Amino acid sequence: MPIKDYIGIAIFLAIILVIPFGMENDYYLGVMVFAAINCLTCVGLCLLMGYAGQISIGHGAFVAIGAYTSGLLTAKFGWSPWAAMGAGAMLVTAVAFVVGVPTLRLKGHYLAMATLGFASIIHTVTVAATHLTGGPAGVLNIPRISLFGFNLDTDLKFYYFSWMAVILGLYVAFNLIHSRVGRGLRSIHGSEDAAAAAGVNTTAYKIQIFVISAVYASISGSLYAYYVNYIDPDPFGVMHSVLLVTMVAVGGLHYVWGAIIGAILLTLLPELLSFASDYLKNIGIQYQPDYDFLVYGAILLSIMLFLPDGLFAGFAGGFRYLRRLAARGLKWKTEKKAAACE
Amino acid sequence: MTDVLQFLFMGIQRGCIYAMVAIGFNMIYNSTGIINFAQGEFVVLGGLMMVTLTMAMQWSMISAFLAAVAFVTVVGILMERLTINPIRNPTVLRLIIITIAVSILLKGAAMVFWGKGSHYMRHFTEAPPIEIYGATILPQTLWIIGILCLVVAGYVLFFNYTITGKCMRACSINRDAARLAGINDRKMVMLSFALSAGIGAIAGIIITPVIQMDYTRGALLGLKGFGAAVIGGLGNSMGAVAAGLLLGIIEAMSGGYISSHYMDAIALVIMLGVLFLRPGGLFGSSEVIRLKEF
Repeated sequence: MPIKDYIGIAIFLAIILVIPFGMENDYYLGVMVFAAINCLTCVGLCLLMGYAGQISIGHGAFVAIGAYTSGLLTAKFGWSPWAAMGAGAMLVTAVAFVVGVPTLRLKGHYLAMATLGFASIIHTVTVAATHLTGGPAGVLNIPRISLFGFNLDTDLKFYYFSWMAVILGLYVAFNLIHSRVGRGLRSIHGSEDAAAAAGVNTTAYKIQIFVISAVYASISGSLYAYYVNYIDPDPFGVMHSVLLVTMVAVGGLHYVWGAIIGAILLTLLPELLSFASDYLKNIGIQYQPDYDFLVYGAILLSIMLFLPDGLFAGFAGGFRYLRRLAARGLKWKTEKKAAACE
Repeated sequence: MTDVLQFLFMGIQRGCIYAMVAIGFNMIYNSTGIINFAQGEFVVLGGLMMVTLTMAMQWSMISAFLAAVAFVTVVGILMERLTINPIRNPTVLRLIIITIAVSILLKGAAMVFWGKGSHYMRHFTEAPPIEIYGATILPQTLWIIGILCLVVAGYVLFFNYTITGKCMRACSINRDAARLAGINDRKMVMLSFALSAGIGAIAGIIITPVIQMDYTRGALLGLKGFGAAVIGGLGNSMGAVAAGLLLGIIEAMSGGYISSHYMDAIALVIMLGVLFLRPGGLFGSSEVIRLKEF
């Protein structure tokens, strides 16, 4: 893991630590917890989509499996939350492996549709298997998780806990990217045939990264269950899987930091829009929360059309452009000075 | 016996819709290699527009039908002109996300204009249900079957006997060669989006009296239509019609005899099974399939 990434994580950590001091009420802390949960899923999904180049519109299903396993084992069978989280991750590993082996033989559009179909099947099961999942009524009374004997009972404590999980996830992701496996994955993204010819076991690598990204999703599902203390099938529909893909795409497919930016931005978007609606009301435009979906689609579409590498790449490109501009300006200035001296 | 017949009618009714959605997928796939994730939204838009025109504005059925199809066709053309056409050398991932973005946009627009509730629409004709061996068949189902037949006949005539249709087929076989022969391939892509949107709209219009359309239905209709397209062999529209009917009937039977709660999942499990075992579809020849990439 290069020093650059350590610095990135350190800056990120500092921002995370400082944010709660600027917040007046717990509501926004809660929103930030959801952002953290989405970030964790998106970091995993970014490894799969951005690095290995394999699309999955089915990660919402893994989030659901993680959340339901944790919720059911703790609420109905009295397991400790940590053990239940581990069990969820193990179950997801098994499911992702079984689903991944045939699915990852497909490419592009076929892969996208197959994963979408998988997500839809899992959602149907969570609604229909009432004796197991509680059906539309869901699972109630899921306990909060505790860490080293501290019960994470306030939003602030859970905020720090969930973001620490994200940082751990980032650390694992960066290490993975800069390992032999990471290089293998990027070679698959470039050209699967060339990678295979160079001795990369493409099938095994693709399945491995699919399972790893599914485990990220499972853990964030568990965190969701422990934070909300209640789960029902609604938040894990097909649309959630689609939104996860859009988060990764908006931030930038090829950068883990892009996934973080995309997840935070799109999770906060409804809040940002409600701020904007107050402002718009002053200038005479009535904005309703119903329009959120439309705005969401418009943002995604314009980013895909004009900034196909995502916001993070856009920022990086803009920064490079400014630096070049500044360098040119400096050069021009020194030349003028030199001319003046003569 | 009565039950079997009743489920069969239900299955055919659903199957016709899947078949038409699948034809829509195939048209765009043949001309561009894209799977259009917004295909289901065309169905929804067609249905909802029809509801507005007939129920709120009291237009006659025929004029409303034509206007709703024209409206969605324009949406399809706009989609191609604004989002697919301007992009040079796109990656598959980017194309997928673009069509997803369009589908979110259309869904959002449908929610804003038509609200979250489901919409009732009167049947095409006010005739009483017909009884056959104790099972009832709605006149609307007959309309659905009839219109599917018309669409298929139109499809066959268009692609076999008109010069434009032949040009589109040439483009789908080999785009570069078609361009060398003087065919404007970009125009053909636009046309395929227009036709695909139009057929989607027709499917939405004829099914709305039976299912009561709302803005969320697009995703599942699209996914099952895609299932039909895959089972029939992607790109093979006659296969898609057969597969759509088959899928609808299996779904209705399993809903009736196994569990109505798992009905949606069963069609998708079949789709995944075909994707995993025979991604070229049930009706394609295995030699051709071996040459294809999935």
